[in-house]
Amino acid sequence: MKGRLRHLILGGAATLALSLAVAYLSAAPGWQSLPADMALLRVSFTHSGDRSASCRERTPEELAELPPNMRIAKVCDRRRPPIYVEIEIDGATVLAEELPARGIAGSGPSRIYQRFPLPAGRHDIAVRLRDRPATQGFDYVGETQVTLVPAQSFVIDFRPESGGFVFK
Amino acid sequence: MMGLRSVLRRGFDRVERGLDRLFGPDWNPLANLGPLGWFLFWIVAGTGIYLFIFFDTGVVDAYASVQWLTEDHWFHAGLARSLHRYASDLMVLAMLVHLLRELVFDRYRGRRWFSWITGVPVLWFVYLSGITGYWLVWDELAQYVALTTTELLDALPVFAEPIARNFLTPESLSSRFFTLMVFLHIAIPLLLLLAMWIHIQRISQARTKPARGLAVLTLVALVAASLLMPATSQAPADLATVPARVGIDWFLLSLYPVIELLPAGVIWTGVLVFSVLLIGLPWLPRRKEAPAAVVALDHCNGCARCVADCPYSAINLVPRSDGAPFPHEVEVNADRCVACGICMGACPSSTPFRRSGDLVTGIDLPAYSLAELRTQVIAAAGGLSGPGRVLTLACGHGAGGLPEAGRIVLPCVAMAPPALLDFIISRGLADGICIAGCAERECWNRLGGEWMRERVARRRDPFLRERVPRERLLVVWAGPSETGRLRRETAAFAEQLAAQPSYDKARPLSQDELAKGEATAVQRELAE
Ligand code: HEM
Ligand code: SF4
Ligand code: SF4
Repeated sequence: MKGRLRHLILGGAATLALSLAVAYLSAAPGWQSLPADMALLRVSFTHSGDRSASCRERTPEELAELPPNMRIAKVCDRRRPPIYVEIEIDGATVLAEELPARGIAGSGPSRIYQRFPLPAGRHDIAVRLRDRPATQGFDYVGETQVTLVPAQSFVIDFRPESGGFVFK
Repeated sequence: MMGLRSVLRRGFDRVERGLDRLFGPDWNPLANLGPLGWFLFWIVAGTGIYLFIFFDTGVVDAYASVQWLTEDHWFHAGLARSLHRYASDLMVLAMLVHLLRELVFDRYRGRRWFSWITGVPVLWFVYLSGITGYWLVWDELAQYVALTTTELLDALPVFAEPIARNFLTPESLSSRFFTLMVFLHIAIPLLLLLAMWIHIQRISQARTKPARGLAVLTLVALVAASLLMPATSQAPADLATVPARVGIDWFLLSLYPVIELLPAGVIWTGVLVFSVLLIGLPWLPRRKEAPAAVVALDHCNGCARCVADCPYSAINLVPRSDGAPFPHEVEVNADRCVACGICMGACPSSTPFRRSGDLVTGIDLPAYSLAELRTQVIAAAGGLSGPGRVLTLACGHGAGGLPEAGRIVLPCVAMAPPALLDFIISRGLADGICIAGCAERECWNRLGGEWMRERVARRRDPFLRERVPRERLLVVWAGPSETGRLRRETAAFAEQLAAQPSYDKARPLSQDELAKGEATAVQRELAE
């Protein structure tokens, strides 16, 4: 039993030391996910490209061949065209990308989720979106000027029903 | 690779010898990692159920409820919280070292593949349990985990809308997602328990409880650490900000900084490649194993001693098929048999004394039979000289793993039936026998060490006969890094034997049997 007392003391001390080390490492050292004086801009939304350009009227002969319950005059591609997004921060273009339609048949909306860490301070931000392949310019444009504080989360969303880009 | 493994094996052995001195071999934590994993799981499960009583499962009040139990009720609920966290972390540590140790000691390949493969889901379920757990506190760390996790998941083409959008702004936060996490944090640990149970199905008498002393030490140390350094929350989550600096749990969340630093595609590929590699490891390369044990029904009475002693659940007791007047016989499941020979050592028919006919026993290894072992013993004894002749029966995984004069290397010392020890002494083949097993803290073949100790102590069937004087047996348990100690103890034993009068009851073998042994020895030398 004298041997066991030794094991209780020495083994106990070793186990306690390990447990304290574990307790320490369970919350430290800290991890700097975002540098101290930075804020994070995120652009995230989903939006469908407009496929009306691909639509055409069926000819009367085509319609006649269809069963009566399927005689719809207009046919459109199942695939949606990509949308085109441009982001400009303080005059520099940081993103200019065609976003393809998602989904197996390419019939789903395009989506974007992009992070831009920015130094805290004042920034001019512009976003532009084209959802109709035929247009030359942009269908939606949003511009804002923000003053970001460190660790602030600034989000650009898109809600066509409320007129386009939303900054929050 | 083989060189690296033997270096690591010695390294482990050295560290474990140090821990033997602190804890004693039976409480050695490194020899109890699997059982410790189970013990820690139960601590985590118990404290988790207790915490659930005080936890508010809605995303709005979750943080406040955790604060309340941590501060106002620190002496029971707060303690449970700390224990819950620290025991989980210790479980990760125990699991990773356990994995590495099984790998280094080469106990994962060949017909032992099952425990390895089934350990892989255990690994992932442990991490997933921890990740969902940290989510529930809904502090800055939880927010960080939520964001990083969902951004990683969004890289997979499964969600129509990025799920990270749930954590973009205070308005987008949905309680549905949080409820899902609460559910997952209960469901995944249950799956973990199932996986842990499957993990130990192919071995017999799996140790799911650590030695009691070690369990007490672990629990006391965890409680002490919980009181000295209680687990706390970080600032409450706020989706109007992003967590810039977070305190990370480096056991459960150490992958998160890596996820941030590397592209998602690299992470997913890495996880996939790592898992596939881990699962494939038992076949990279496969271990060459001797053929499985075979039963000789003419010499088996269905006593089931071999069934009880096989560490790998490879023997089944089945109804008699040959009309002999016994209710049972045994059947070897060749897919599980690692050819350790422990069953041969357990069979009462395994007696080398018989002289007429071929030496056949109830259950035997085709590639290393009792008859072969007997011949080798006689041959090795022929090479011993001088007073104090010691014949060594060594385990291939311990200090005596390499063959040398006067030493017979076995897959496990428990392969030697007690009758063989009797035979060596009472036929005067040696003055004493050294049984050199692997390290005492844990038998390479799981149960062989314990069976041998019990048989020699005449506490387990088949018993060592009383006529074998105990002082003519030296039992040494020594790991691969203790060749020096084995040599010293054997030399001291030989001296001690030399000082004694030789064993007077010996009835030597007939000349032609000895000659047969000599011939084998010569043949072997020529072959080498
Ligand atoms: C916390 C998680 C784990 C627990 C609780 C656990 C538990 C156990 C237990 C109780 C044993 C039996 C020990 C004995 O009685 O000899 C064992 C053996 C084993 N475990 Fe684990 N284990 C865990 C994770 C893992 C992982 C991740 C791997 C590898 C991928 C693994 C691989 C093995 C192997 C190879 C054996 C040896 C089986 C044999 O002796 O043939 N384990 N484990
Ligand atoms: S040799 Fe015997 S004891 Fe060893 S695994 Fe095979 S059947 Fe089991
Ligand atoms: S120990 Fe021998 S006799 Fe007993 S069941 Fe096994 S093979 Fe048969």
